[in-house]
Amino acid sequence: MSDQTAMAQRGLMPITVQNITLTLNERILIDDLSCNIESDGMSVIMGPNGAGKSLFMRCLHGLAKPDMGQILYAGTPLDPLIRQQQSLVFQTPTILRRTVLANLLFVAHQRGIDDPKISMDYLAQLQLDHLAQHPARLLSGGEKQRLALARALIINPAILFLDEATSNLDPASIETIETNLQSVSKQGMKIILVTHDIGQAKRLADDVLFLHHGKLAEHSPAKSFFQKPKSAAAKAYLAGKLVL
Amino acid sequence: MKFAILFAAGAACLATAAIADNAVLVQSTTSTKNAGLYDYILPMVKADTGITVNVVAVGTGAAIKNAMNCDGDVLLVHSRKREDQFVAAGYAKQRYDVMYNDFVVIGPAGDPAGIAGGTDVTAAMVKIANSKSKFASRGDDSGTHSKEKSLWAMAKIDQAASSGDWYRETGSGMGATLNAAVGMGAYALSDRASWGAHANKADFKIMVEGDQRLFNPYGVMLVDSQKCPNVRSKEGQIFIDWLISAKGQAAIASFKLDGKQLFFPNAR
Amino acid sequence: MPIYSESFAAAFGLLASSDRDLMEILALSINVSLASLVLSCVIGLPIGAFLAMRHFPMRDFLVGVFNAMMGLPPVVVGLLVYLHLSRSGPFGWLGLLYTPQAMVIAQMILITPIIIALSCQVLEDLHEDYKDFFDSLVVPKRTALLAYIIDARYSLMTVILAGFGRAISEVGAVIIVGGNIDHLTRVMTTAIALETSKGELALALALGFILLAISLAVNFLVQWLKASARRRAYV
Repeated sequence: MSDQTAMAQRGLMPITVQNITLTLNERILIDDLSCNIESDGMSVIMGPNGAGKSLFMRCLHGLAKPDMGQILYAGTPLDPLIRQQQSLVFQTPTILRRTVLANLLFVAHQRGIDDPKISMDYLAQLQLDHLAQHPARLLSGGEKQRLALARALIINPAILFLDEATSNLDPASIETIETNLQSVSKQGMKIILVTHDIGQAKRLADDVLFLHHGKLAEHSPAKSFFQKPKSAAAKAYLAGKLVL
Repeated sequence: MKFAILFAAGAACLATAAIADNAVLVQSTTSTKNAGLYDYILPMVKADTGITVNVVAVGTGAAIKNAMNCDGDVLLVHSRKREDQFVAAGYAKQRYDVMYNDFVVIGPAGDPAGIAGGTDVTAAMVKIANSKSKFASRGDDSGTHSKEKSLWAMAKIDQAASSGDWYRETGSGMGATLNAAVGMGAYALSDRASWGAHANKADFKIMVEGDQRLFNPYGVMLVDSQKCPNVRSKEGQIFIDWLISAKGQAAIASFKLDGKQLFFPNAR
Repeated sequence: MPIYSESFAAAFGLLASSDRDLMEILALSINVSLASLVLSCVIGLPIGAFLAMRHFPMRDFLVGVFNAMMGLPPVVVGLLVYLHLSRSGPFGWLGLLYTPQAMVIAQMILITPIIIALSCQVLEDLHEDYKDFFDSLVVPKRTALLAYIIDARYSLMTVILAGFGRAISEVGAVIIVGGNIDHLTRVMTTAIALETSKGELALALALGFILLAISLAVNFLVQWLKASARRRAYV
């Protein structure tokens, strides 16, 4: 599995973001943003509410289209083939009106993974195997999000996006999800996550992209970001003083 | 998708009741149907000739219009003037007398206009108009409606001017109009057969009858195949011939409701 | 009112003796309604799904039109179908007037807008819920459509039921295009109209009770299906 991931990853990374701008209803939501995201480790996108974090992630994954600029994966613009090697876990997961297992099978089937045993393995990995035949819409918030992660992982993506995927979850679910992220990251899967949880960012991040007013205020290795943020905005944010 | 189409085709077949090859479609006035005459004679027609007769019962006006649209093989109605026009316009070669009965004026037992027992229909209508007693009219361009309008004209009353006041046009068939009359305590003109067979009479009775101006002849016509090439002339003519035959005429005469004859054969 | 007991007794009597004429009329009612329902679904569900999933300039206008057409007066539809199927009309050569097929066509025109408008609403809600997930997963449109229909099947059943209810209870259109011909195009509603016009009010009401009983039975069946679906959280 890790070999495959590594190969796919060499095909997609690095991500080069060149001067993207996105305007909605005459409001500039992403403002001339450029950055380079490398293949290794977990990149965490942080910033106050309304900074454009989720929208930036949607742009990276192709759910939103920038008005200007471009995003390149190893020099290639985003296309369906690249997108098929990515997964995104939403803040509020979309749960199909089916059983837990059927949710997973639906996603797996899209990538030709039709062996139900594989799906069961992923459920076990996310501690959901005992709920396989349970209606997925009746799961708790934490269980739903773990199911969403299982669905994201089963297609073995080169890049895994998480958009505030653990906000409002119980500590046990957060723990399970973080453990899984660390495990797949070690196997070479690129992880990019948006989070508000500074603790989580400290636990997981290898590098931090700090957004403010739709601009990239700072992109630093995690260590230096948390110890010595370069930008005034990041400083204020980490001190709990930056609201918007 | 193929499956869906097959399924749809199958479903459409479900609703298919085969129309017999030797079926005749009759555009008819409602009175003959509501009275139950067809239920009585059509099995005999089938037994004697092998022909299935399908009846669409609408008002005489609608029946004539439908027939002029070629949506019928045989026309059986009761409005002499319009039947003659139908023939004159070339929609039928000839009109056959079949039978007759008569019209009656019915009304509530209380008889607000005081016309009970009368035999002079125009006098009764004058009384109804003068007392502004309610009168329920078909108002649907049917044979009965035509007759009623001609009676008002004979009585020299402009009943239409009071439409919505004491003169109520239901715009419906005979049965619905009788229901309406009973419901609002109004007088109405009906053919004797429809009234006789009507089950919802409440305390209503025949008020005026026996005036020769209330004569109600029924005519039958074969729709002409030159106007309407789809017409089943052969079967249609067989049906008509049966109706005017001695056997058919006897059958019509023998149709009784509560022991009373409703239609009187008069084919020549 | 004594007429109720009289009608109830008549309805039970007719059913208990499985009166041949009644059974024939009942069967035709159900067949015609089911046939028009199936055709309406074959036409209406894809259109409803298309309108739910796609956004194009005339889309809102079309949705508005179909919503308005849910209230089409049956007599108007009957009249239009009559004019087209009449021997003197453009499709007269088909010889369909005064046949069960003509009634199916009229009812299909009546209920297709219901299927379109209501299924569009149901699928639109589901599309709002699923679209980002499906977009993220790069799900082909056909697969997505199929998933919508599978996952919304219990809600769609209610939509289909609404169509069936309209079809089986409708009289204005079928009496014009069917002609209420005994043993050929007489259905429950036109039989009720006929008995009413004959003044046989108790019998007419008895037939009404039987029609109501069918509607109730179908409704309870769908209710039960939905309840079991809710237990399994499919809804």
